[in-house]
Amino acid sequence: MIARTLEFLSTEPYRSLLYLVGICAFVALNAAYLVWVERKGAGWFQRRPGPTESGPWGLLQPPADGLKLLSKQMMAPPGADKILYWAAPLMVMAPPLMCLAVIPFGDTVLARNIDVSLLIVFAFGSINVMALMLGSWASRNKFSIISSARVVSQNVAYEIPMLLVAITMLMVTGTMNLSEIIGQQAGGFWNWNILRGIWDFSGGGWGHIGGNILAPVTFLIFYTCMLAETNRAPFDMAEAESELVAGAFTEYGGMGYGDFYMAEYANIVVGCSVATLLFLGGWQCPIGTVPASWGIIGTLLGVGFFMVKLYALVFTVVWIRWTFPRTQFYGLLNLSWKILIPISLFTLLLTSVLIKLPRLFH
Amino acid sequence: MLNLGPQHPATHGVLRVKVEMDGEFVMKAEPIIGYIHRMHEKMGENRTWTQFLPNTSRMDYLSSMTYTHAFVGAVEKAAKIEVTERAEYIRVITSELNRIASHLVGWGAWIMDLGGLTPILYAFDDREKILDLLESVAGNRLTYCYYRFGGVCKDIDADFIQGCLDFVPYMRERLKLYKALVTDNIILRKRLEGIGPISAEICRKYGACGPVIRGSGINYDVRKNEPYSIYNQFDFDIPVYQECDSMARYLVRMDEIEQSLRIVEQACAKIPEGPILGKVPRVLKLPVGDTCFATECARGRFLVRITSDGKENPYRVRLRTPCFTNLSLFEETSQGMMIADALAFMASLDLVIPDIDR
Repeated sequence: MIARTLEFLSTEPYRSLLYLVGICAFVALNAAYLVWVERKGAGWFQRRPGPTESGPWGLLQPPADGLKLLSKQMMAPPGADKILYWAAPLMVMAPPLMCLAVIPFGDTVLARNIDVSLLIVFAFGSINVMALMLGSWASRNKFSIISSARVVSQNVAYEIPMLLVAITMLMVTGTMNLSEIIGQQAGGFWNWNILRGIWDFSGGGWGHIGGNILAPVTFLIFYTCMLAETNRAPFDMAEAESELVAGAFTEYGGMGYGDFYMAEYANIVVGCSVATLLFLGGWQCPIGTVPASWGIIGTLLGVGFFMVKLYALVFTVVWIRWTFPRTQFYGLLNLSWKILIPISLFTLLLTSVLIKLPRLFH
Repeated sequence: MLNLGPQHPATHGVLRVKVEMDGEFVMKAEPIIGYIHRMHEKMGENRTWTQFLPNTSRMDYLSSMTYTHAFVGAVEKAAKIEVTERAEYIRVITSELNRIASHLVGWGAWIMDLGGLTPILYAFDDREKILDLLESVAGNRLTYCYYRFGGVCKDIDADFIQGCLDFVPYMRERLKLYKALVTDNIILRKRLEGIGPISAEICRKYGACGPVIRGSGINYDVRKNEPYSIYNQFDFDIPVYQECDSMARYLVRMDEIEQSLRIVEQACAKIPEGPILGKVPRVLKLPVGDTCFATECARGRFLVRITSDGKENPYRVRLRTPCFTNLSLFEETSQGMMIADALAFMASLDLVIPDIDR
């Protein structure tokens, strides 16, 4: 019975519908409950309880917040560009919804297996920054306009090293299909891209070197850029509450603000998923391989591994926010242009040389 | 043109700064004060000396002990009231605890202005311990009115002394934690080092005081240079840094916490027994004339000048507050800074807005 239902659901229109609902639910749940995680985490780092009032351990806090925000009047400030002002909160949710369509959660849990899935992720990944820029520009507030300018230059600065790192990983993996990229990282944590470049344990010797011996550095660069792209502390230049009040969101109230707030977490989930897929082996087991004969249990186990890695990265994002002060704006740009871009260019060159060299000698 | 305030997260109170900006650069920042002006000086003229006493703790609410000390000291000096030795010791202990509490709040709020949201809660945690101690003797937690002409209003007990002695090593441990967590953080150092240089020249020009000038290489502390109370009996150093930047001011404050702990430790060790209140006339009438008395409060030199015409009320009370002079150098120094730096620099002056407006 179950098998037949599953088979029925995996036929085309139902499958797409199921994934659509699933992705929407995943994004919404993550957005809502990462707020809770953030607040509880903040409480933990700051030695206070965090939300406790609504529900056990404050678990009903996100719905309560949502209801409160929904019940508020939505209004645009006088003189604002109404269309852009309201389009921004809609656009900011686009990248998580689009990108999750191609992100594999398990070996078969994947909405669309496209050969250029990595390209799709990067193509849609930075729309949220455009939404921030438009929203802050349209809301006709001086603080927002400063924030708007910051968002643009920050995005330009961090998109470059991020893409350079992605290209490096592409050269190592040789494919843009995320499922194939994960398939290559099977067998154990030493085969993950973050370590694979240093020494190829399965093949042995320098001849089979994975290509990128600086992969851990590349991972750090990717993670830093991800923080900057999602406007997270210590790079939250767009919000910068102590300088720009709330920066881009100063004029947003009610669910308009709530949407930006939730999109921030949804985008973090996307960023961390990509980091997990590219560097930490996605749904692969840290030690050994889950046998294919385990069927659906193996798949679910894979989803579990993916989630654990994903949320470890997400938690680190929260951890960083509540530990470090914010960087200065020129410090942020200097970090990208003077440190991250040269290093990522160097790793790119080194990787291409390391991949080509053995072939020359053969 | 940008209006920062009167309600802005970084001004910590109702200060408005009118900023002319070019992109993110500050061309001219003009502080506009007076949003919380309460006429403390004028109030002093139509109430008796004693009745004015609680007012003094409402200016810089974070270091109200030292503020009351200045007024009490001025009146004692004019009326030639003897302060008992035990009372002087109690005053020193409570003032120094208050200074630590004030620096902790200033420190936490400063890091918060830089975007680090956690340290302020750690600081408040420690401050809570001081407030508990002070509450046990003064009765309230923020705007103390503990000092009286001739002494203090309530004697301290062995529990208080023990509490202070327990607090000193605890706070030293915490200072190590703060150094590891915040002071040595690369982002923080980048945000503070070389930012907001104030030369000794500018400090003199605007009459700045307190940790601001000690971060600019001027060794001036009222406790050492014009000793009041019994400060000359204690062994402590005045931290002075030559760098003139925000980091220097930061380090001065952190070192001052350490030095205040030393004073508390020494004072607790040699506090004598005895009465806590000297002989004070029932109706206080001061002889005709001017009297000045300055104390070193957490933000600098607080000076009270009282003029008496022989009646029960003061003829004039002049309050010279440190935050007002420290703010006045902001306009000149902030020129050409980026807005985020300018606000970080303003936080380094450690302003308390009611203290500016009085």
